Amino acid sequence: MTRDSIVRRITDFANRADPYPVYRELRATPVLHEEEGGPYVISSYWDIEALLHDPRISSEAANLADPGEDAALLQSEETGGLPPSFLRLDPPEHDRLRRIANSAFGPPHQPRRIDGMRGELREIVTALIDGFGDARGIDLVDDFAYPFPVTVICRLLGVPREDEPRFRAWVDPLVASLDPGKRQEADEEFARTAREARMQLGMYLAGLAEERAKEPRDDLLSDLVNSHGPDGAMTMMEVLSTSVLLLIAGHETTVNLITNGMLTLLRHPDVLERLRREPELAPRLVEELLRYEPPVQLVPQRTCLTDIEVRGVTIPKGSRIWLVLAAGNRDPERFKDPERFDPDREDIQHLGFGSGIHICFGAPLARLETQIALTELARRLENPRLVQDPPPYRENAVLRGPRHLEITFDGVRP
Amino acid sequence: MAAEHLDRLRREGRITIVGASLAGLRAAETLRAEGFAGELTLIGDEPYEPYDRPPLSKSVLLGRADPHRTELPRRRETDATWRLGVTATGLDLTAGRVRLSDGDEVEYDRLLIATGVRARPWPKESEARLDGVFLLRTRDDAAGLYQRLRSGPRRVFVIGAGFAGCEVASACREQGIQVTVAERAGAPLVGALGGVVGAVAADLMREHGVDLRTRVTVTALEGDATGRVRAVHLSDESVVEADVVVVSLGSQRNTEWLDGSGLGAGPRGIACDAGCRAFDFRGIVTDDVFVAGDVARSPHALFEYQFLSLEHWGNAVAQAETAAHNMICDGADRRPHLWMPAFWSSQFGVNIKSVGVPPMGEELMITQGSTAERRFVGVYGHKGRVVAAVSFDNTRWLEFYQRAIERGAPFPPEYPTMDRRAENRHPVPADFPDPSLPTHGPMVTLSGWSPADTQLVFHPARH
Repeated sequence: MTRDSIVRRITDFANRADPYPVYRELRATPVLHEEEGGPYVISSYWDIEALLHDPRISSEAANLADPGEDAALLQSEETGGLPPSFLRLDPPEHDRLRRIANSAFGPPHQPRRIDGMRGELREIVTALIDGFGDARGIDLVDDFAYPFPVTVICRLLGVPREDEPRFRAWVDPLVASLDPGKRQEADEEFARTAREARMQLGMYLAGLAEERAKEPRDDLLSDLVNSHGPDGAMTMMEVLSTSVLLLIAGHETTVNLITNGMLTLLRHPDVLERLRREPELAPRLVEELLRYEPPVQLVPQRTCLTDIEVRGVTIPKGSRIWLVLAAGNRDPERFKDPERFDPDREDIQHLGFGSGIHICFGAPLARLETQIALTELARRLENPRLVQDPPPYRENAVLRGPRHLEITFDGVRP
Repeated sequence: MAAEHLDRLRREGRITIVGASLAGLRAAETLRAEGFAGELTLIGDEPYEPYDRPPLSKSVLLGRADPHRTELPRRRETDATWRLGVTATGLDLTAGRVRLSDGDEVEYDRLLIATGVRARPWPKESEARLDGVFLLRTRDDAAGLYQRLRSGPRRVFVIGAGFAGCEVASACREQGIQVTVAERAGAPLVGALGGVVGAVAADLMREHGVDLRTRVTVTALEGDATGRVRAVHLSDESVVEADVVVVSLGSQRNTEWLDGSGLGAGPRGIACDAGCRAFDFRGIVTDDVFVAGDVARSPHALFEYQFLSLEHWGNAVAQAETAAHNMICDGADRRPHLWMPAFWSSQFGVNIKSVGVPPMGEELMITQGSTAERRFVGVYGHKGRVVAAVSFDNTRWLEFYQRAIERGAPFPPEYPTMDRRAENRHPVPADFPDPSLPTHGPMVTLSGWSPADTQLVFHPARH
């Protein structure tokens, strides 16, 4: 790739704090293909939305004509001991696994599992904020935005919270392996680490799953192990792949959503003040946030089963397709004044959770967590301010968010 | 001159809407939203404010929604004169006047007709009057039927296996009530989705314990000495004992009140142009009478300009909005009604959804999933084009097929799709009944024809 390659600039860490100018440039060529073997990059809202509903677009890596830079990592997924999760499967397998997982997670089978956590979520948030003590400053990521969703997903899945340092060591390299920037540079060592991590995490969860098979509790893992709906049961390997997915997706994204949210509020103090006075603003605010600063910036894992045409460009069968959700979310073809953060906009829509059959499984939980987190932070922190703008970012171009978010305040309200 | 006239209409004109249900309400709201400041009158024959009907055959029958609490949410203040519980009985086009059942008359500068449809009653009046015989169209119908279902009937008999009939049967089974369904055609839902998909619906029903009888008609309803229904006689000479009978024979359009008015109105509805302006009986478009909702038949560019009558919730809303807009606009500011027909139903735990006009399709191709698993997407083709799609528990894919319909994409689709099964490589006849044979009536009726360019590309409004 040339030095000026836009694709390179998407993954370039230098643009992490503000990738939106690159996205703007990207949208000028809605179907961008810079070089042989490189991805077809889609950046307009309507095109992304259409492709997410297109049955000719596959999520299975096996359908890539040339796995190229993914080869080592793909192998790690296959030989890391676990089958691919439903995120990387097409129907009918995807549908079966997702249905079983969903019957443990949401309506109509478990209509209260998420909504019933409202009180519990508030308690966790309250405890974390109480824990700031009489400090006048915190790192929002380490002191709040990370521990909150981790605690939640641990409780939900049934993973002991105190094991967090152990599984974090496995989760981190796995998350890093999702970053296309990293993948481009991946060597055998990197792939081996990812493979190893996946296997270790799988073995750890296998131990818990075995316990649940013997003695079910009121948690997701028990329900996955003991599923016996119309779709039958998951195999133990499927249970493990699914719980690895839920464990990772259950907190890596919410950390960023909450942190991006607080950062955005601190940059828009009028909205922060409004949220303090009108907590009922929270649902709209979180939706606008998912449009304006989505935690998942792009979906790099799609390929086509046949030649398909998008805006007059033919994408050949087996090509890699990147759907840049965050670029679509600020597409002026779709949104009026798209660069403005405005929770009052009339029709708040977004690709923040994707769309189609792979639409974010945990969306109801992520929404609730973020609504509660931001409302409580706004209510309790007195005069919060940013220490550093922009804050230091995490490396990942797919799961984008600050690594640290130092904020100061005058005190914590009761 | 014209601009001045229009300005006066918007400022102080009189607009009358006959029909105070979904289409009427949304039209009234749109008129106000677009700045109409004159006199607005809504006439409705039911005594209730506009309410939502889809729940009546689903959650209401299950006791999950109160039939008297399905008011439609208001989008804005309409500041209208509501004349509820009054029926329009006649129309004087020349004088611009609507006659009412209470003897009153309402004058208008612009009229919107949104009188919808009503349930087709059981044809033998004395039998229809038996206690325990129900129609299901209005809130009162639903309330009555729900009460009766709660009282623990031994068997419910449903006449007609269209969507409403199937939903009633589903609600009965969910509550453990024995139910028999009789259908004149070979399978449920054939009028709407054809015989191939109908066979899937039939399996689904039987698997849920419905006693489904096809290719039979009901010959008589039998009452006991106290005037309660007790048995149903069928054309195959069988007799089924039942204490509740639900007559689900489709609908009739409420156009009788227009007889002799000069409008192009009849049993198939009121013909209008793409801008919702009604035609008179000579095929000449009127300029002050508009039509919207179930009662309208309008030409659709995507479906060869056939006149379509659509009994679809979404169509009622979209057409009302277009009609209202056009009522207070002129010339180039007017816009066509190009809604993509879409319909959904939920029965026996399955979500069924269709887009486009399935009954127009001669052939069907299952492009994703499998009918045996009852999770699939099927595409209907007409003269080498995709004209409709249906999904069972696969709603999220329909958007893709909707775009294919809009583009006039070729049929059968040649491309591979994920989850395409080997047995579905070729299209099969969709197996719609001969349209000249009576069925209970589909929810989409191809009711006319006008030759025109079929190559038109349809760009729907996207927000």
